[in-house]
Amino acid sequence: MLEIKNLHARIAEDGTEIIRGLNLTVKPGEIAAIMGPNGSGKSTLSYILSGREDYEVTEGDITYNGESILELDPAERASKGIFLAFQYPVEIPGVATMQFLKVAMNEQRKARGEDELTTPDFMRRVKEAAEQLKIDPAMLRRPLNVGFSGGEKKRAEILQMALLEPTLCILDETDSGLDIDALKIVADGVNALRSPDRAVIVITHYQRLLDYIVPDTVHVLYKGQIIRSGDKELAQELEANGYADVIETAA
Amino acid sequence: MPAVQETIDQVRGIDIDQYKYGFETVIEVDKAPKGLSEDIIRFISAKKQEPDWMLEWRLDAYKRWLTMEEPTWARVEYPKIDFNDIYYYAAPKNVTGPVSLDEVDPELLRTYEKLGIPLREQEILAGVQTSKVAVDAVFDSVSVVTTFKKELQKAGVIFMSISEAIREHPELIKQYLGSVVPTTDNYYATLNAAVFTDGSFVFVPKGVRCPMELSTYFRINEKNTGQFERTLIIAEEGAYVSYLEGCTAPQRDENQLHAAVVELVALDDAEIKYSTVQNWFPGDKEGKGGIYNFVTKRGDCRGARSKISWTQVETGSAITWKYPSCILRGDDSRGEFYSIAVSNGHQQIDSGTKMIHLGKNTSSRIISKGISAGVSQNTYRGQVSIHRRAENARNFTNCDSLLIGDKCGAHTVPYIEAKNQSAQIEHEATTSKISDDQKFYAMQRGIPEEEAIALIVNGFVKDVIQQLPMEFAVEAQKLIGISLEGSVG
Repeated sequence: MLEIKNLHARIAEDGTEIIRGLNLTVKPGEIAAIMGPNGSGKSTLSYILSGREDYEVTEGDITYNGESILELDPAERASKGIFLAFQYPVEIPGVATMQFLKVAMNEQRKARGEDELTTPDFMRRVKEAAEQLKIDPAMLRRPLNVGFSGGEKKRAEILQMALLEPTLCILDETDSGLDIDALKIVADGVNALRSPDRAVIVITHYQRLLDYIVPDTVHVLYKGQIIRSGDKELAQELEANGYADVIETAA
Repeated sequence: MPAVQETIDQVRGIDIDQYKYGFETVIEVDKAPKGLSEDIIRFISAKKQEPDWMLEWRLDAYKRWLTMEEPTWARVEYPKIDFNDIYYYAAPKNVTGPVSLDEVDPELLRTYEKLGIPLREQEILAGVQTSKVAVDAVFDSVSVVTTFKKELQKAGVIFMSISEAIREHPELIKQYLGSVVPTTDNYYATLNAAVFTDGSFVFVPKGVRCPMELSTYFRINEKNTGQFERTLIIAEEGAYVSYLEGCTAPQRDENQLHAAVVELVALDDAEIKYSTVQNWFPGDKEGKGGIYNFVTKRGDCRGARSKISWTQVETGSAITWKYPSCILRGDDSRGEFYSIAVSNGHQQIDSGTKMIHLGKNTSSRIISKGISAGVSQNTYRGQVSIHRRAENARNFTNCDSLLIGDKCGAHTVPYIEAKNQSAQIEHEATTSKISDDQKFYAMQRGIPEEEAIALIVNGFVKDVIQQLPMEFAVEAQKLIGISLEGSVG
């Protein structure tokens, strides 16, 4: 489904290389966890996958369903089914969450050649998804992410994910800033989206989130490369011994 | 905001060079000779069949104007205007003033149809047009038609061109004309007093709530012709009126001058709501052509508990120099200013408001949203002045600027003076760029770049759009979308 081959990428502005020959394959239905110490390039990888302009790919390729996506802009990638749940969701003043959802859903439908949703159909979908994530309908009338608590922001991300029905979900440090109750709600939301044709990449620093979203594969990212891959046992090993052992072995 | 989709469609469909209202109407015109002199003023006054006192008033203003100097304090740059290279009077032939609709030249009716302005009362009444709005249509120097006059008359409301009002209601004109913006006020207002050609007159008598929205559509058609309109609105005790003006002009290579004066008078407990959707030709991509818009607008809250609110959506003109103001004379009176000023291409805007607090317990509110794109310059200039006897005056000002791209400028110049200890003044100002974060976030959700910008901008101006009468809110949103077309690098 997703194939990253010998990827090299740098910050466009100053040329700092962040990703240095990264290889990764994610299959449909797979939940892949990417772990690593701070500064290893985890968030950068999520931005590069979703097409942020601030980074330049200098070598290698990213293919999605057999097709290179390097030339596509973020909106085009989104309509191909790539979704990024942000570590720090962005505030958009004056634009009600509900309105934003409607525009986003309809733009993606348009890009895929589908009809726009009718208002009742849209409302029904939002209501169902919001209930599942225990989101207060009043929150949906507020401007997107403006004045939302940390938990509300993360839930709003998962709500968008549920409604946009992506085929590849990238969760960038979704656990940061969440208390345990909010973490459970968010994890339940993600687990509800598990399906044989949908892949999830969970980017996280800690094992904690992986107790709730159980990964099929775990990959350790360090200095822009995957230095070790394994199954969920690897995450527990990292939790117990820290990253130092893995890094030393790889070196 | 259901209009977002429409904004998006408009943004997509229209190129910056395709100013929608840029067409020219070919019609026979009656013009005064080029240039400005006492004779030209006599010519205009005679054309309007004005009484002698009016001519004297104009000539006094002209003499005064000759001694004045063009103001240079605004942050706008333009080549010196040659006031003798302008036609001061141009009128479609055989129109001396508004007539009944059947007598209006069909070519003119087609022009207004193309502009989307409903002039045919029958169609409006038959529901062809959705909302009922009375319209005064001013074409170059004359008002060609005023709709729903009879119906308004029944309610006691006078709505007619100012030229007609000078002939038919001289006592009201003598009492109020120049009482808010005196002929000595400023360079452009004084010029306007000398040469004004038409505009609207509204009088809402004591206790009457005007039964419909009133509006005037200004159209500059003739080449090298200045438009000098003069509007006077009076709301007597307890009266209410909501008025909207719209403006468009053909696309031309040379600059054209528009210098208007608007005066509002609100007596005890009266309320006037004045909205503007200004869409004069802004000039082309290279900054060629476009209207020079030098306007003096002022409202006088003369009575206790009176209220005047200005709402403006400014998207057009090469240069805008405009400060709709309120004089809060009556105790407990209130002034409001809501503004969206959008500049793109080479446009220059220097606009804002003045709130002059004279009475006790007066309050004012200023919400200004400036959006700059292209290589444009957008300045908010606002004054809040609390006079010595204005006990417990309050002001709240919020000015936000949004920059699109990195070649444009936004400037905020507030002047605040309080001479009374009890004054409460709050001023908030922000400048932000449509951040790469916001744009990336929206695009990551599948919203293409131009639509993402339109969405973010619509969110930014929401507070002001909500102040516009319903029918115009949608139009204004579309206009903002169109104005920003091509702003994405």
